[in-house]
Amino acid sequence: MKKIYSVLVENRSGVLSKVAGLFARRCFNIDSLAVGETFDSEISNMTIVSSGDERTLEQIEKQLNKKLDVIKVKTFDEQQSVSRELMLVKVKYNKTNRKDIMEICDIMHAEIVDMSKTHMIIQICQSPDKIALFVSMMNGISVVEVARTGTLALPKCNVLEN
Amino acid sequence: MLGAEALVKALTEEGVEYVFGYPGVAICPFYNAILESPIKTVLVRTEQNAAHMASGLARVTGGVGVCAVTSGPGATNLITGIATAFADSIPLVCITGQVNSALLGSDVFQEADITGAAESFVKYSYLVKDAADIPRVMKEAFHIARTGRKGPVLVDIPIDVQNSEIKKYKYPEEVNMRTYKPTFVGNFAQIKKTVKALEKSKKPVICAGGGVLLSGAKGSLRAFAEKHGIPVVSTMMGIGSMPTMHPLYFGMVGNNGKPWANKAMNDSDLLIMVGARVADRAVNQPDIITENKVMIHIDVDPAEIGKNCGPTIPIVGDADNIFGQLLDFDFDIDTADWLDKLREVKKDLTVQRKTNPNFVDPEKFIGILSDKMEDNGIYVADVGQNQIWSCAYHVVKDGFFLTSGGMGTMGYSIPAALGAKLGLPDRQVIAVCGDGSFQMSFMELATAKQQNVNLKIVVFKNNYLGMVREYQHFTYKDNYSVVELNDYPNYELLAGAYSMDYLKVSRDSEIDGCIEKMLNDSNSCIVEVMIDPMDLVKG
Repeated sequence: MKKIYSVLVENRSGVLSKVAGLFARRCFNIDSLAVGETFDSEISNMTIVSSGDERTLEQIEKQLNKKLDVIKVKTFDEQQSVSRELMLVKVKYNKTNRKDIMEICDIMHAEIVDMSKTHMIIQICQSPDKIALFVSMMNGISVVEVARTGTLALPKCNVLEN
Repeated sequence: MLGAEALVKALTEEGVEYVFGYPGVAICPFYNAILESPIKTVLVRTEQNAAHMASGLARVTGGVGVCAVTSGPGATNLITGIATAFADSIPLVCITGQVNSALLGSDVFQEADITGAAESFVKYSYLVKDAADIPRVMKEAFHIARTGRKGPVLVDIPIDVQNSEIKKYKYPEEVNMRTYKPTFVGNFAQIKKTVKALEKSKKPVICAGGGVLLSGAKGSLRAFAEKHGIPVVSTMMGIGSMPTMHPLYFGMVGNNGKPWANKAMNDSDLLIMVGARVADRAVNQPDIITENKVMIHIDVDPAEIGKNCGPTIPIVGDADNIFGQLLDFDFDIDTADWLDKLREVKKDLTVQRKTNPNFVDPEKFIGILSDKMEDNGIYVADVGQNQIWSCAYHVVKDGFFLTSGGMGTMGYSIPAALGAKLGLPDRQVIAVCGDGSFQMSFMELATAKQQNVNLKIVVFKNNYLGMVREYQHFTYKDNYSVVELNDYPNYELLAGAYSMDYLKVSRDSEIDGCIEKMLNDSNSCIVEVMIDPMDLVKG
């Protein structure tokens, strides 16, 4: 089972390490983790995607709540959320595959944000499953470098607050 | 005012009487400032024992234990003590000096990232970078240590922060942390559900953990158990939550506990687990104890509930409050048959230990010691066979039974007993250890002398790391590996070296006289008790 944890934490040094350490120590999985400041500069938001059985997923929420730097934990499923991931992919292209790449980008709503005579950087911001689809579509194209954010998610507007 | 002075002032505001520690350059500003305060200092002989002493003091006084050591090795030596306190939820504030904040991260002399290293063993930690934060940090540290699920809090303070000037010192009256608001009172609906379930139950049992003692729920637990005739068993950390000889008390559970206590728990139709983690040594197969029964789990730490087993009715809150809430309800349950059955089971399962007449029987020794001890005496058991025997045979009346239950840290008893004695100087304090655990902390005999403390140390001597030997006996068919201690030290000479008295017990017939002598001795003494090296806790 997969769960998304949206965790508000004190924006202090060491907090990321404490939260990541908690996952490592208790053998919880981290499928992805993304951190950023909120509109309040004293508070950061962490989006953590984890998987495990029901008891583990409940323990994750409880252990997160137990951390004294954690302000609030929201837990939700993928279906209950709007989730996005940003990925930058640098590919090497040639005359024969340039059109194909551009076509894939077009279909997938990806953007070419930088280009040279041999390389281009594609930016895609999509839901995790679309990103996975995009990755499979790039099979056969020479990928040089990849950078991705991990999942960012918020509960949908019609999901009642806890 | 200097940061170090603010630190000391904060300790006096918290009513701290003793600081256990070991100085070094990085904590010297603090130890200089403490001279001007009424706080008494105890120089330990190794830092780990500073935390154990603070733990012993905290457990008997109900306060927060404080220790202060230097940076680097001082701080890393403290870790085992912190982890021991963490495992048993003992409230400590541990202050560590740190190198100059401008040098942090550059691997200078005696620098250790102690907040990082101790992260998984502390309830919370601070690295103080601005002296102006000291009053708030200290107020929070004590608050965090002593509330909710108690535990150690680490405060790491660089030397320059201790030496910098604070313009305005004001100790906050209240703590305001948006991230920390423990639940103290049980949810009313859950309390009512519990009462309903109890009304239907025919075979209820309460399993009391260390949380009962930590929340000061001894009185309310007993009142509740007596009001409804509910039998009580306990975990190792819960020993002392009921008097051992109480007709409703059925002993310690677990693989080293009483078989009838385990049977009571397994056969019950309703189990109230209170202030216990349901860890492996107490409950071998947590899933089984929830079968065919209503399980009510009371804990102040919500993360403990459902961690190792899934309860039917979870109640988050302080044990004393919750028993108080439960006592407000009047209802009748008839447990007479159930109690009769448990007493029968107890009789059936009681076995005579096999003893060797050439040595001292630990059961007999501990039994007589318990008999002769004052009712409110403090018994500190170390770790190993001595601990299991102590759990099994020590009779708690109105005193304390202290041991390192969660972590099982060898060498705990001598420093913890010393801390307990300083905390409650009028009480009889007895440390019982093995020859292995004694040698892990006997350097503190000098500390006991320096503090003019009358300490009684019983050493169960069998020239073996008995608990591991016993494990190797059963698991590896007597293929002993690295468990044999030699005949050293010579305890008589050692006692002499520390100007302590020495007594030796070689036969059961000598127990009585020896214990009399020990308890009446105005000097500290070491009692060497000769135990059969082949004796077993599962004997």
